[in-house]
Parts: sequence; structure tokens; C-alpha cells
Amino acid sequence: MSASPAPSQHTALVRLIDATVQFPGQGMPTLQKINLEVKPGENIAVVGPSGCGKSTLLRVLAGLLQPSDGKRIAIDEKTCTSSGQKELAMVFQDARLLPWRTVWGNMQLPYELTGEAVDKKRLEELLELTGLHKKDFHKYPRMLSGGMKMRVAVARSLVLNPNLLLLDEPFAAVDDLLREQLNLELLKLQKQFGFSTVLVTHHIGEALFLSHRLFIMSANPGQITEEVPIPWPENRTGDLRVSPEFAQLCGKVKHLLRQL
Amino acid sequence: MKKLIMHGLRVGIPPGLCLFVGILCWDLLIRLGNIDRYLLPTPRAVFDVLVGRSGDLLAAARVTLHSAVVGFSLSLLGGLTVATLFSEFRWLRRGCYPYAIFLHTVPIVAISPLIITWFGYGGKSVVVITFIVSLFPIITSATNGMLEADSELKELFKLYGASRWAVLWKLKFPSAVPQIISGAQTASGLAIVGAIIGEFFAGHEAGRYGLGYYIFSAQGQFRTDILLASVILSTLLGVGLFAVIALFAKTVLYRWINH
Repeated sequence: MSASPAPSQHTALVRLIDATVQFPGQGMPTLQKINLEVKPGENIAVVGPSGCGKSTLLRVLAGLLQPSDGKRIAIDEKTCTSSGQKELAMVFQDARLLPWRTVWGNMQLPYELTGEAVDKKRLEELLELTGLHKKDFHKYPRMLSGGMKMRVAVARSLVLNPNLLLLDEPFAAVDDLLREQLNLELLKLQKQFGFSTVLVTHHIGEALFLSHRLFIMSANPGQITEEVPIPWPENRTGDLRVSPEFAQLCGKVKHLLRQL
Repeated sequence: MKKLIMHGLRVGIPPGLCLFVGILCWDLLIRLGNIDRYLLPTPRAVFDVLVGRSGDLLAAARVTLHSAVVGFSLSLLGGLTVATLFSEFRWLRRGCYPYAIFLHTVPIVAISPLIITWFGYGGKSVVVITFIVSLFPIITSATNGMLEADSELKELFKLYGASRWAVLWKLKFPSAVPQIISGAQTASGLAIVGAIIGEFFAGHEAGRYGLGYYIFSAQGQFRTDILLASVILSTLLGVGLFAVIALFAKTVLYRWINH
């Protein structure tokens, strides 16, 4: 799907060791002893019931939230410096574009915040790759459809060429057909840029389609209960979704979720 | 163009009709109720004052407007500064916010004499009173607006290592614009009220009489016609200031308002 990880690259981009997050005043820890590593070129999906701590996990991986116990190690120093994490980007649900800025203004934001020089050609290339036309560049988010907004959000996350993209239920607000379309577009972008992903989602089909490994989490406390390897090769197409094996694995994951 | 006229008529006719009926009732009340003119003048008498003494009244309105605008501008500046500090420093907000409410609840009429003792009779005291009266809505609306900036966008900024200044200038401030505008609109109305109250007590500066002073002296002379004419003008000032802010928001600030 993406630049395949070379055998020598065993170093993880980011690794959690027994990471526990306990918010004050809450009985059960939100995350308990999470062990997880993301290797270069690898795609991971996390599914689980609402409130199981999936989004918190993503924030710990991002370094936005320090675990109260355990460790987060970013082996590649460039991945996670204390100030600004240019090698890491995040896409949120509902796009989270600045509504007072045009598409173009939103795309410039990563450059502005990190103080890097604006590379107009890269911005144009990214927007065009995500299916936006030049005439859309100067539109405000409110003038765009939900799918278009998501495309801009994905394009914005790729501006600084991150190694790792963290996706927090990015396509939850769009209909199923559009979701499948956006999934395919994401694979295409990954193939071109070679970033790893950690995807948090409620949608089992999406999780299986986009990932190499799938983790199932349970709530109270938030723990990883199961790891499901995903057998399909790179270069996945929409046909995979209608294959019997896909349906079978979907069924298996559903079954595992029901058992929680 | 035709559409615009139709729209104007649709919007304009009902309130115009209400105004007409209101004035008619007022007139009838005086004629049929046999009310003394010094208690309630006829609409015609008020109208005559508005036209006949328009030069004086407009000059007074200009003085009042000037005080109100200066006081309002100061409270906008001061309010935004305080709100920025409140949104940046939680300890400061927790420590001082209860005292900001003091501004809202203090009976301005009661402390006006104190302000006059400090700043003397004249325009300075009027501006200070206006400032105090219109400060609070700006502090609350701007503080709330900045605190309510989207938490995921804050995370996005943090991920890119944004400086505190960048978060403030590129996220919190723009997020707060709609609330700041509505706070400023409330404050603009209060600024006129503040200016009138200020002039009531302190508006005896030679040659610079505002509407508050007119109301005050008209009452002394039982000239309710002048009094009502001044009230109408001061109300119009408030509406005008409100409309100017609305227009500014719709034209200059529309990017930050129409999400």
C-alpha cells in the first residue's frame, strides 16, 4: 500500500510501553498498560466501543497527552521533538478547518505555525491530488461539501510531509459511498508519500480495508484485548470489499467486539 | 431593484404602521383624556421642538455621541485587553473575574458623585462613567469567546508547535469575533446610557451641553416636549451606534462571522 518497510527498519516511529492514562477523579484508568508500536510504512487501525479510549490513545501517540504511567518513545528524534512535531500530523473528525480562512489559507497554516517557508507548488500539488480544482482554492469551508472539507483536511495534514498520520474517525461524518471513495484516495496518497497511519474508527470495513494490523479495545479500563492481522496484499482495490474473505474477517471482528 | 424595494416595503411597513398607531394613540390619549400638556406634550409639540430646535439638539447629540464613542472605544480596548489576560492566565481569571462582575452590578448612579470628585465636572467624568458602564459585556463576551475556541483546533496548533502568541492571534481571537461583536453591540447601547447619566450629573461643562444635560434642565423647567425630544434623539444615537457595529461586522468582519 505504501513504501514497503525495508527489513532493516525495525525501529518504530513511535512506541508506547505500558502506557497508562488516569484522569483525576475517574475510577478506572482511561488507558491501561497499552503496548503498541508503529513501524515505518505500517497502517494500524483501532476499533472498540464508544468511550474505550481510542481517541485518548491517539493523543498519547501524538504526544499531546503524557501517559500518567509508562512511556512513550519516539525513536526517530525527528518524529517527536518537544516543540512542534513536523513529522507527525493528525486529521480530526469533521475536518476542523479554520472557518475564517479559505482553502488556501488553511493549507498555509502548517507553514505559518512552524515558521517554514511556504512551498506554493507543494500546496497546489496536494490540493490537486486530493481532487480539488483551482477554482476551489479560494473558497471558504462553508462553501464546500463535507467530502471536500475532509479532502482539504487530509491535504493540510500532508503539507509538512509527515512520517505518521494519526486519523481520528476522519470519515465518520460522510455517507458510505463517499467514505469508500475517500478510503481509496487515502491509499493512493499513501502509495505516493509513504506515510504510516494509525486510524481510529467505528467502521470495521474501513478499518480492515486501510490497515495491516487491527487492534480491538475494550472499555473501563481502556485496554487492547486483541490484535487481528490483516492478510491482504498491497494495492487493494474496491473489489476487496465485496470479496467473501473480507466479509468473513468483518464478521470475525464484529464477533470479537460483541464479546467485550 | 424591484425585489429590493419589495423587500424594503415588507421589512419597513409593519414597524412603520406600529409607530403610526402608537403616535395616534398618544395623541388621542391627550385629546380625550384631558391631560395637562406639561405632563405629556402632544406628538406635534415634540415634533416642533425636534424641528424648531434641531440646531441645538443636534449639537447636544454630537456632544453625547462623542462622549459615548470615546468611552465605548476605551472599554473595547480595555475589555479586550482584560479578556486576553483572562483567557491566557487561569489564576488571574479565577482571582479577578468576580470583581469584574462588580462593574456590572455597581449602581453607576450611586458612584457617579465619587467619579466627579475624582475627575471633576465635565467631559472627562462623562467618559469615565461611560467606560465603566460599557466595559463588562465586552470582558465577558470576549473571554468566553476565546475560552470556547475549538479544543481539537488547539491540539492541531499544539502539534505544529505553535507559539502562545500564534494560538492567541490565529485561533482564539478569530474564534471569539462573533461573541465580541454581540458584546460590543450590548456595550454600545450601554455607552449611550452611560453618557446620558454622566451628563446628568457632570455635564455642566461650559459650552458643551449634551443630551443628558438637556433632559436634566428640561425637567427643571417642566418642558416635557424638550425632554421627550432629547430622549428620542438619544435613543436614535443608541440605535445608530448599534447599526454601525452590525454593518462593520457584516462587511469587514464577515469572514469571522459567517461560518
